[in-house]
Amino acid sequence: MKELFPVFKKNKDLVYLDSAASSMKPQKVIDAINDYYLNYSVNIERGVYNLALNATKRVEESRKKIAEYIGANSKEIIFTRGASNSLNMVALMLKKILKPGDEVITSELEHHSSFLPFLNLQKEIGIKLVFVPLEADGRITIDNFKKVLSNKTKVVALTHVSNVLGYKTDVKEIIRLSHEVGAITSIDGAQASPHMKLDMKDLDTDFYSFSFHKMCGPTGLGILYGKKELLEKLDPVELGGEMNDEVTKNSVTYKDLPYKFETGTMPIAEIFASGATIDFLSEIGIENIEKESIRLRNLALKELLKLDEIEVYNKNQESSIIAFNIKGVHSHDLVSVLAENNIAVRAGHHCAEPLHRFLKISASTRASFYFYNDESDVSKFLDVVKKTISFFREVGYID
Amino acid sequence: MDHYRNPRNKGLTNSSTYVKCHLKNPSCGDMIDVESLVENGIIKDIRHDGEGCSICCASASIMSEVVKGMTVEDAKKLLENYLKMVSNQEYDESIDFDELQVFDGVKDLPARVRCASISSQALLSTLTSEDK
Repeated sequence: MKELFPVFKKNKDLVYLDSAASSMKPQKVIDAINDYYLNYSVNIERGVYNLALNATKRVEESRKKIAEYIGANSKEIIFTRGASNSLNMVALMLKKILKPGDEVITSELEHHSSFLPFLNLQKEIGIKLVFVPLEADGRITIDNFKKVLSNKTKVVALTHVSNVLGYKTDVKEIIRLSHEVGAITSIDGAQASPHMKLDMKDLDTDFYSFSFHKMCGPTGLGILYGKKELLEKLDPVELGGEMNDEVTKNSVTYKDLPYKFETGTMPIAEIFASGATIDFLSEIGIENIEKESIRLRNLALKELLKLDEIEVYNKNQESSIIAFNIKGVHSHDLVSVLAENNIAVRAGHHCAEPLHRFLKISASTRASFYFYNDESDVSKFLDVVKKTISFFREVGYID
Repeated sequence: MDHYRNPRNKGLTNSSTYVKCHLKNPSCGDMIDVESLVENGIIKDIRHDGEGCSICCASASIMSEVVKGMTVEDAKKLLENYLKMVSNQEYDESIDFDELQVFDGVKDLPARVRCASISSQALLSTLTSEDK
């Protein structure tokens, strides 16, 4: 599988276990980006010449592919800078309809991008953030969700898959329950889209956000899915070129969906590549991707759990992530030694500080596996972790 | 390692006679507080507390020992040049960094420069705010 990703040709010894931060990009996606710059290089929508018309057609083809891939209508697919941008847009769109005292349910499991936009609204307009109590292992359960859901709940903003622990939240049931009290749902799918089949019709969510760069696609591009009926009622959060219909000195009307939410020149090359990304994932099969990621992760986990020095924070979960530390060793020290041995993992709080406070640790080490990893990556990783433990013992870091 | 496992001058006084600075390393979440007590231009005491990696904690501990007793002026000069040394910039090599010299190697580890710098930056900040 690695042969499909040019980066591994130039970095033959790289053991890349940081795909939850950003995945590698296959040749097919890179070719699509180059195709735009080499053969089009023009703006979309505005031109009446063939090149512009053809580029516009390609952009709309990508949008249609994405819509079909996630079970949505093309009008419901808004291109953004990434999941963080999408999640911020949701909060800004809802700002006008939320009132002081309205409750927004979120959790300590969230990536900062999921809850900070609403934390800001708490300060700005006096909404109230309410946190779902987490289980001891950090999981969101339906029972705990029900404890905070009420008629005051106006928005539910939760993560589909945790970026630290890899837990999958039962968002379908959460969305159903939320709609019973009339709340709007916004799901952070940044870690779900690289691993799960997404079906907006089945989930029935009002908003769903994800990024392409974590799913073998280009950087700088994300999707905000929004239900058509809802998007039609909401105002754009950015104004400027292309999103308007008619402009006078004193007034503006907006274009139809989804264009009223896409201001200025969009990242056209990346949108070209997004279509290629969907083709690529579909050819391999998202189920195969998830199965292989979990298989490799569990191979590594099984061996790590045999080491007394290792503490794993998400050992019981079917996930592609191992969140761990060497007991008594700061994660930054561990990943430095791993990096010297060409093993790329992540240390820190992974933009999820409240979760680390909940787990009562200052930082964790995250090894995230993806389908292009192989058993050789697993054994090199384990080998270096064991050597690192010995090294830390030799220098007196641990007993 | 000794300074990491047995840090010197650790624990804050939270006394109003000390000047305090809180800094954070956003990349890894390390946090450190540094307090300094200055009397007649001499650094009488330094306290530090926080959570961090070995480089972060050990550099705070060593720094507190090296700088205690120095004049504010000398300490500032030492810290400014130390920060240049760890970030691979030109610095005054005539300065005696004492035990802090061990962090010279950090310049070859760009990802760890902030770890070795954070406590010194915090201390410098307390000394600078005392000028005002």
